[in-house]
Parts: sequence; structure tokens; C-alpha cells
Amino acid sequence: MADKRMTEDEVVARLRPGMTIGIGGWGSRRKPMSLVRAIARSGLRDLTVVSYGGPDVGLLCAAGQVRRLIYAFVSLDSIPLEPHFQAARQSGAVEVTEYDEGMLQWALYAASLRLPFLPTRAGLGSDVMRLNPELRTVTSPYADAEELLAVPALALDAALIHLNRADMAGNAQFLGPDLYFDDLFAAAAERAYVSCERVVPTEDLAAAGGTQSLRIHRWMVDGVVEAPYGAHFTSCAPDYARDEEFQRAYVSAAKDPQAWQNFAATYLSGSESDYQAAVAGRRAVAGAAT
Amino acid sequence: MNDPAPATRAEVCAAACAEAWRGDGEILASPYGVIPAIGARLARATFEPDLLLSDGEAAFVTGCWPVGDPAPGPVEGWAPFRSVFDIAWAGQRHIMMSPSQIDRFGNTNISAIGDFARPTRELIGMRGAPGNTVCHPTSYWVARHSTRTFVPRVDVVCGVGYDNAAAAGPAASRFHALRRVVTNLAVLDFAAPEHTMRLVSVHPGVSVGEVVASTGFELVIDGDVAQTPMPGPDLLRLIREVIDPHLTRYREVPHEDE
Repeated sequence: MADKRMTEDEVVARLRPGMTIGIGGWGSRRKPMSLVRAIARSGLRDLTVVSYGGPDVGLLCAAGQVRRLIYAFVSLDSIPLEPHFQAARQSGAVEVTEYDEGMLQWALYAASLRLPFLPTRAGLGSDVMRLNPELRTVTSPYADAEELLAVPALALDAALIHLNRADMAGNAQFLGPDLYFDDLFAAAAERAYVSCERVVPTEDLAAAGGTQSLRIHRWMVDGVVEAPYGAHFTSCAPDYARDEEFQRAYVSAAKDPQAWQNFAATYLSGSESDYQAAVAGRRAVAGAAT
Repeated sequence: MNDPAPATRAEVCAAACAEAWRGDGEILASPYGVIPAIGARLARATFEPDLLLSDGEAAFVTGCWPVGDPAPGPVEGWAPFRSVFDIAWAGQRHIMMSPSQIDRFGNTNISAIGDFARPTRELIGMRGAPGNTVCHPTSYWVARHSTRTFVPRVDVVCGVGYDNAAAAGPAASRFHALRRVVTNLAVLDFAAPEHTMRLVSVHPGVSVGEVVASTGFELVIDGDVAQTPMPGPDLLRLIREVIDPHLTRYREVPHEDE
């Protein structure tokens, strides 16, 4: 099996301006944040970002790298609204395609199966149709003759996902309660890159979580990045919970330009190891105070 | 045993939310918000024992547990988001969502306030509201009944109302059913001739005039409006001792609203 290990910066070197990039996870849960931070460092622009959105969307909006967002929501879960996403929308800085959650799943699923579309009721009668006038309906060829929404396939140039474990060939494992739609992001993409908490020998994978937890397969994957705490500050159960304190600091900084500048200087100006050191330092200070 | 203290407004609201799931049988109850969560657990603990409930993450759990605490289980099923989407489209679910805007046909907005192209206030996004509303029964909870929320026309149609479901045709209207709207002031439904919003009952201490003044469109009001039932001693004990001992209900409906 091929050794697909690489660094975050090597992944980003394979991305290009204007690409359509899908980001796995859900809200503020198991987001490939070290890869997102690497994109933010790179200055890649004009991206179309596809996501069940959380701070991945927020950070890339804050860095001005997003031309279009394709999403059903953007949320930090324990804090319902994402401040950078709100600011980008309210200033008209990004173009958007807002879908129903299930439509987004269908769009990725259709792309992964090489189908032009998949039919659904979701979206009918709502402003999804008004706001996305390129959407078409399709009439069932059977006796029911129902007229359904044809969700167009959404092919990705690249997908970025973060899993708990992977081997060096790209077999990756979720150990938490939900895979989310990471397999569909990977399968809908021309190239998929997996970051993980730990790269382990293949023979250790099944014992850690059972074969049913091995849902990302090496045929889907082009690169593997070992990124401990790579999902920080989002959750990566069972390895770690969301860093709620850090997320609150992120949100309050995002609401004030000067505070955001300071936050970015502290956490986002250096490398990923600088970021992790700054976070560890913050934790040590908090620990000493209690 | 002494009779418990009379029900507070928050407790009346929770009991009124529970009633939304009456008769639903063995389906998934999906409450969003504290008062709906109390209502769903109340319904299962009393008159709808077969309802399924999520732990808020990715499991179906049995039992009854306090709002704000982790569910002790036992777990009865794995329910990742993908399964919940499947259940929704299969119609085996009744959701209660909390909209930022709702109109007289039950269209709701959780996406953006103002012009969608450049909103004055961006919200969370459509989430699953378009699909939910055309696939299975939907109810709504509004913690602050006001003309800001009850508007003549929602800025973005996320949850589909009766007018838009009908206009979109049979595929949209076939499984569309808006059941009830519970607010801090009243209970409403859409059982009027044109499926427009009808005032069912006002909570104890609330006048019909207050509801009308807090609503930005004309409500259907036929005859004398009933009073929302007060939860009895058994329900009150369940709310106070089992489901919400941490008093989270007063974060959504504070005492001073009464």
C-alpha cells in the first residue's frame, strides 16, 4: 500500500485558487481545522467552500478567501451563530448557495455515484427554489407522476476531512458517535485529504473501533496528515471535547476588529505547531489560575 | 401529599408543547429549545410512551432525564445525522422548531432577516427546515410572541407554509402538516378554512387582545377563545422533580413575563 503521509502545507500546495473544496465534520464538530488554518496561511483565494459549516467557514471568510459558500447552515453548535460568517453575509462579501441539509447530502451523494442529480421533496415550496433559480424539477416517469426537485450533483475538486485514526495508506476511522458526511465528501471529490489524530499501523485499526468504524477507504484518499489536536477548537470525540472556552474567546474576538487582529496575531500568524503551542500555553495559564 | 404550587407560565407552555405529540405513537419526537424538550419528555412520560427521543448527539435513548444533563440511557438505537435525515424523509418524525419569523400560513424563517442577498442580520441558515416541513408533521415554539416574530411575510421561506406547499404541487403538499404553534402567550393552529393561523387558546392571565396586539397579521378567531389547560399535579411533579429540576425553563419563559 502506498504511503500517502504528508504535511498540511503539502496538502495546500496541491490546491489551487478557484477550486471547489468540501470540508467534512458538522458545525463545530470534528472539523479539519489544521488544514483550514494551513489554507488561511496560504492566502489561496476565490474558493468555493462546501460545508455543514462551522468555524472552518468562519476562518476562511475572515481571511477573505471565499468567493462562494454552499451550505445549509453555519453554526458553532453551543454558540448558535458564527460571527465571521454573519459578517461576510451582512457585508455581501460572499456569494451563496443555501440548501436544505438533506439537499446538500444528495448533491454530494449524486456526485459520488456519478449521477447528474438525485430527486427529493426537500426544497419544494421553500425559498431554496427562489434563491437558486438554476434548480430544476423532474417528473417521476411512473404512475405517480410526482414532480420532485432534482438536486444537481456537486463534484468537489478537493475534500478535507478529519478522523480519529488512519493508516498511512488512507484507511481512516471514526471513533466518535457520528461519521457525519465525511465519506460522501471524500467520494464526491477528485482528491481527498484526511487529517487524523494519529497514524497507526493498519492492524491496529479494527481493534480500536470495530470494522464498522472503518468507513473511509484508501481508494478515496490521496493524502494523510497526522495532526494531533488538528480539530481544535472543534470537538473530536472521544479524543477530546470542544474547547468551549477557546470558542468563546474566538467569538468575542470576532466581534471587534482590533480584538480579532490580536487573536489572529496570537494564534494564526505562525505555523500549526505555533498554534498548538499557543493553545497549550493558554491552557497552562488557565490551569494555573484554578 | 400537598398539592403542588400552581403552574407557572413556563410550565403551562411545556404542557402545551407536550400536547403537540399527542396521538403520534411510535415516531421520533424532535424538540428544539428548552420548553419543547420538556414537552417531548413530558409527552413520553405520560400519554405517548412509544415516542422515540434522541440524546441530542447520535443515539436514541429510553427513559426520562433532566434537561441540561447527559442522557443516562439505556441507548436503544444508533442515530447519526444521516439516519435522522432518512427518518425525516420517511415521515416517521414530528419536529418542533423555533422560528425567527412566522407568517399566517405557517411559513417560517431561520435563515436571514432582510434582503437575502445582503441581510441586515444573518441567522443560522435553512438547516433541514425545507425538507422537514414537506416530509413530516411540524410544530413551532416561539418563546417571545411579538410582531417581530409574527410577521405578514417572512423574509426567507425556510419552513414551508400551507400556501407555498399548495402552490408547489402534490409532491410538496402530500405529507405537509403543520400541527400547532405554542408561544409564551397562546396556542395556535392552522385548522381554519384556508389553513391560516387560528387562535386556539390563551394561557392563563393572557387576554385575546394581548395576543392580537402581539401578532403582525390577522388571526382567525372563532367565538370564545378557550384558556390553555393548566398542567395537573402529576405533570407538575414530573416537570419540577424529574424533567427540569435545574429550572432551565425560566431561561426561555422568565417568571417576570407573567
